[in-house]
Amino acid sequence: MSAIECEDVSIRYITGDFKSIGLKEFVMRKLTHNFKVNEFWADRHVTFTIEPGDMLGIIGSNGAGKSTLLKAVAGIMIPTGGTIKVNGKVAALLELGSGFDPQMTVKENTYLRGAMLGYTKEFLDDKYGEIIAFAELEDFEGYMFKQLSSGMQSRLAFSIACLVDPDILILDEVLSVGDGAFRTKSGNKMKEILSGGTTGVLVSHSIEQVRELCNKILWLDHGHQIAFTEEVGLYCDAYEEFLITRELPAGDEDVRRLAENYFNRMKDERKRREQAEVERLQRVIEQGDSEEAVLAAIKVLQKSRPEALSAEYAG
Amino acid sequence: MQENAFLFQQLVNRDFTQRYKRTVLGIAWSVLSPMFQLLVMMIVFSRLFGRGMEHYVIYLFSGNIAFNYFSESTTSGMQSLMNNAGILSKINVPKYLFVLSQNVSALINYIITILLFFVFCLADGVKLTPAILTLWYPIVCFVIMNVGIGMVLSALFIFFRDIQYLYRIALTLISYLSVIFYTIDSFSPAAQRLFLLNPIYANIKFWRLVVLEQTVPSLSYHLLLAFYAVLFLGFGAFFYKKYNHRFVYYF
Repeated sequence: MSAIECEDVSIRYITGDFKSIGLKEFVMRKLTHNFKVNEFWADRHVTFTIEPGDMLGIIGSNGAGKSTLLKAVAGIMIPTGGTIKVNGKVAALLELGSGFDPQMTVKENTYLRGAMLGYTKEFLDDKYGEIIAFAELEDFEGYMFKQLSSGMQSRLAFSIACLVDPDILILDEVLSVGDGAFRTKSGNKMKEILSGGTTGVLVSHSIEQVRELCNKILWLDHGHQIAFTEEVGLYCDAYEEFLITRELPAGDEDVRRLAENYFNRMKDERKRREQAEVERLQRVIEQGDSEEAVLAAIKVLQKSRPEALSAEYAG
Repeated sequence: MQENAFLFQQLVNRDFTQRYKRTVLGIAWSVLSPMFQLLVMMIVFSRLFGRGMEHYVIYLFSGNIAFNYFSESTTSGMQSLMNNAGILSKINVPKYLFVLSQNVSALINYIITILLFFVFCLADGVKLTPAILTLWYPIVCFVIMNVGIGMVLSALFIFFRDIQYLYRIALTLISYLSVIFYTIDSFSPAAQRLFLLNPIYANIKFWRLVVLEQTVPSLSYHLLLAFYAVLFLGFGAFFYKKYNHRFVYYF
């Protein structure tokens, strides 16, 4: 039995209708024959199926319809067209900061947020210490939530969310918040969770993360499904090329071409960087003081003529 | 409902503490507020309407506490969904829990004022008979009815924010028609029955029969209160079921 089955899913927003523009605007627009209810299709005919244990990465530029699709899978929105079948307990982390009350203390907020994630009181009593320790907020338990810095708030939010142990985990760019140390910590923790056999759906703008964690890719663009595939490396390359050239692939050949272009581009980039490094070292030799110059010279030789150096320096 | 019990308890805790956060007197206001209101109404109305009525204070108070609970629970219920829009658009939580938790917070206040009410009864020399044991019935019916009304209002509020202004006016009208500070004994029996179309008055009348006239109301009264409770709860549930998936587009 598959974990998530999306069949021809389409999700529509309506703007400009009577309720949102109000009476005066409605009358004005009717009088000037300008009244038009606009339909915005956030997702159109998206179809994919993932099995238990899969890790799906959803990629696409801004406005592709990724977050909307996640909301539909999480059950917050009902698709306008098509069906979504989900088998198993879902935990969706769509925004780290939601569910917290600024006026309540850290401890009260932990319990509140935990309850929203489906934890029981016993579970929270048991794990409370662990949560605070992971978030490094031992000295701040009695503080009001609004008195914490935004980094601390993210740490707490993530720490609470980490303990969730669902069948299906949905992450909407929650791994890209916080400072460097926190990002490493959260990234490692998520990897730990995901390697335990949980099915995952990840939206991320960090392609390295997608390459590293996912075994299937869903590529969306302005609501349309560009690709759903298991060839993660190939499509990630094509996507990165797309980000530079803004050219959407129309078929398999295009994808391969884009991926190859990207590979060549990266190779050229690397060569250019190496060349720049060599030139920099040469400048150091010409302009720098004696010891620096010698070290720089050794580096240059290591790169271009390792045989000229003795074993000690040949690197 | 079982699996949401802990979350519900957390929401009630949050909503109730939010009411008195940052106030000096805190929960004492649950007692002081109705008492001040009662005092004001006594000063203004007892000369005009309370002449010749024994226990006018109790008459007034019984109307007041019912109307206050109704107004508080439905108004806060109306705003409950919109106030939690941030949560509801990002976390999959059953929506009715938010209306319900506001109602429970108002209910806690209601219970406190009921206890205060009985203290006043004893102080005023009202004879409390075993008939007051039947008062659980109108309380339960009233709670159910207010939950239903809260659900309808909260849904309407999401689609039409205008409803907050309309409802404020409606509440004023209902308060005048709930026979709180005047009597209708001089009206014809048919006219008196007409007032029972107001569910809040029906509830108040039940209380006054039990406390001031020491009688258990007839079966028809019981059925009337049950009818109102089921009617509004049914309406609320129907509204929710039909439209709740559209709420998220308006948050």
